[in-house]
Amino acid sequence: MADGSIGLWTVSLAVLGGAIRVSTPFLFVSLGECITERSGRINLGLEGTLVMGAMSAYGISYLTGSPWLGLLAAGITGALLGALHAGICSLPRVNDVAVGIALMLFGTGLAFYLGKPLIEPTAPRLPAIDFGWWSDIPQVRAALRVNVLFLIGVALAPTLYWAFRATRWGLLIRTAGESSDAARAMGHSVLLIRLRATMVGGFLAGIGGSFLSLFYPGSWNEGLSSGQGITAVALVIFARWDPLLCLWASLAFGGAAALGPALQSVGVTSGYHLFNAAPYVLTLAIMIITCSPKRTLTGAPAELSITR
Amino acid sequence: MDFGRISRRHLLQGGAALTLGAAAGARPAFAAETTIGFIYVGSRDDYGYNQAHAQGAAALKKIPGVKVVEEEKVPETDAVEKTIESMINLDGASLLFPTSFGYYNPHIVKMAAKYPKLHFEHCGGLWTDKDPKNAGSYFGYIDEAQYISGIVAGYTSKTGKLGFVAAKPIPQVLRNINAFALGAKLANPKATTQVIFTGDWSMPVKEAEATNSLIDQGVDVLTCHVDGPKTMVENAARRGAMVCGYHVDQSPLAPKAYLTGAEWNWEALYPKFVKMIAAGESIPNFYRGGLKEEIVKTSPYGEAVSAEARKHADEIKAKFLSAEGYAIFKGGLVDNKGKTVIAAGTDRGQKDPELEKMDYLVEGVIGATS
Repeated sequence: MADGSIGLWTVSLAVLGGAIRVSTPFLFVSLGECITERSGRINLGLEGTLVMGAMSAYGISYLTGSPWLGLLAAGITGALLGALHAGICSLPRVNDVAVGIALMLFGTGLAFYLGKPLIEPTAPRLPAIDFGWWSDIPQVRAALRVNVLFLIGVALAPTLYWAFRATRWGLLIRTAGESSDAARAMGHSVLLIRLRATMVGGFLAGIGGSFLSLFYPGSWNEGLSSGQGITAVALVIFARWDPLLCLWASLAFGGAAALGPALQSVGVTSGYHLFNAAPYVLTLAIMIITCSPKRTLTGAPAELSITR
Repeated sequence: MDFGRISRRHLLQGGAALTLGAAAGARPAFAAETTIGFIYVGSRDDYGYNQAHAQGAAALKKIPGVKVVEEEKVPETDAVEKTIESMINLDGASLLFPTSFGYYNPHIVKMAAKYPKLHFEHCGGLWTDKDPKNAGSYFGYIDEAQYISGIVAGYTSKTGKLGFVAAKPIPQVLRNINAFALGAKLANPKATTQVIFTGDWSMPVKEAEATNSLIDQGVDVLTCHVDGPKTMVENAARRGAMVCGYHVDQSPLAPKAYLTGAEWNWEALYPKFVKMIAAGESIPNFYRGGLKEEIVKTSPYGEAVSAEARKHADEIKAKFLSAEGYAIFKGGLVDNKGKTVIAAGTDRGQKDPELEKMDYLVEGVIGATS
């Protein structure tokens, strides 16, 4: 310990730190998509929303000097993109999956175009809360520097879980997702419910993007997301549309992302490509174990176009 | 998005070319105004590899009679052939700089054979006698600048542990890692360099994770070989570690933590190429050089660099600049598995092509190539 190294402990610490650092965008996008899909619509465009959120947060933070305004801008951008998706999908005979893919390309393309002048400047970042004050070990302190967005995300998961079961609007979203006829019979506009659910989903995905550019890795560039948005959409299916499972799945993906570099840093150098692929192998394995040709996925909203 | 780009180019410039062609007849291959095409694999302002080339292109724009056309984010596939075709046929480019490693074979070789009167200058490839004579490959011995960075890093590190965030274990990357590690050992014989491969050229989250893991292991000076060093530089500086830059000067990103860095000097080389062509000279098909030939340079020292480190680094730099040169990879070199990779007595000079096939990590580097 005298030389500042803590040996193999680093791996578990790095996985823990990675779970906290890397998981937040996954968490926000998957919770947002969870709300959207529970209302009976799938928005694959969240990758584009994530990237647009990252870009607009960075831009606004740079221009105004306030990362919190950047955060808000990312949320609003996300909500607007969500509204666009919901608006197009409310037209008759429109496929939400196709619209989602189009919006994914639109969002990333627009973000790259508008974000060109933002690659060089450095914008103010979101602050971190130091939860490692009790420890003398710098590695522990570094792993426990937590951003407030992570805490909000962690609190949001059980709140959503409760809301889907016990609140009026939670039940309404589920009704729209399970049977649009039932919702209509109750006198509610299914399109309006889905519009709101998609906008909230987009809002959360935008916030997730702002975490990427304003906290970790903490700057805007075009490779920033590298598919995290689309992975998070898949995570929702993996988590069976359950917000609490979304939280665990996001943490697992975050930790797995840290595994490859951490193992290399302690000298486990063979097969790093395999470790880098760990999260995807995990997803495939769980999908294969839990799928069945005889029934649809448990927990899947009945109105969802992929399960219908 | 590819589709959008191509169709826009075709529509706008195709339309313009048609009108021009109808008015003035066919365009001559070498017009009074020379058009030079630059093709980048990534974003032109990435604070890294592509930006270094774009700075070189910007230097060409200042030369009268030279017009520069650029296209960024062209993948290393057939797409680059389409871009080259449109630069030649629509913009009238007579000299092309496709700047990414993967463009060379088969794409550049094919295009050079198809347009034998035009010049193709490729960065990083290995031109051989079998390739067309109008194609060439140039590259810089940036390991010389990495060696200087290594010396500075070796003096600055308190723990004797240095870190290297690398993309892929290909010869050019391994050569940089080894040069950095050997430079560090010159300053501190006990210094180790720990390398983490992220797997690809631009993986910001992996790069940030690699940076954090290295610092968790006690590493206090880091450098990298990825396309955009911004992520590593900013994250390392936030954790209080020192950094050496790569590709371009990243000191504005971390003024206190930035020690020095290995930079390309394309803004010196490209105008040289254009002057050679204008004077009717031919550019050697296989063009290489280092600090002496002004293809690479080092960033100015940061405030944290000690006088001792500056003195030693400047001495070695002077040797690189001298007429007899300096060999980084000297005989009796052992790799980190204990195997002798360069036999005692045979120094491998910088121009030795064997070095461009490097597949080992030298003693003192912690990491593996596979």
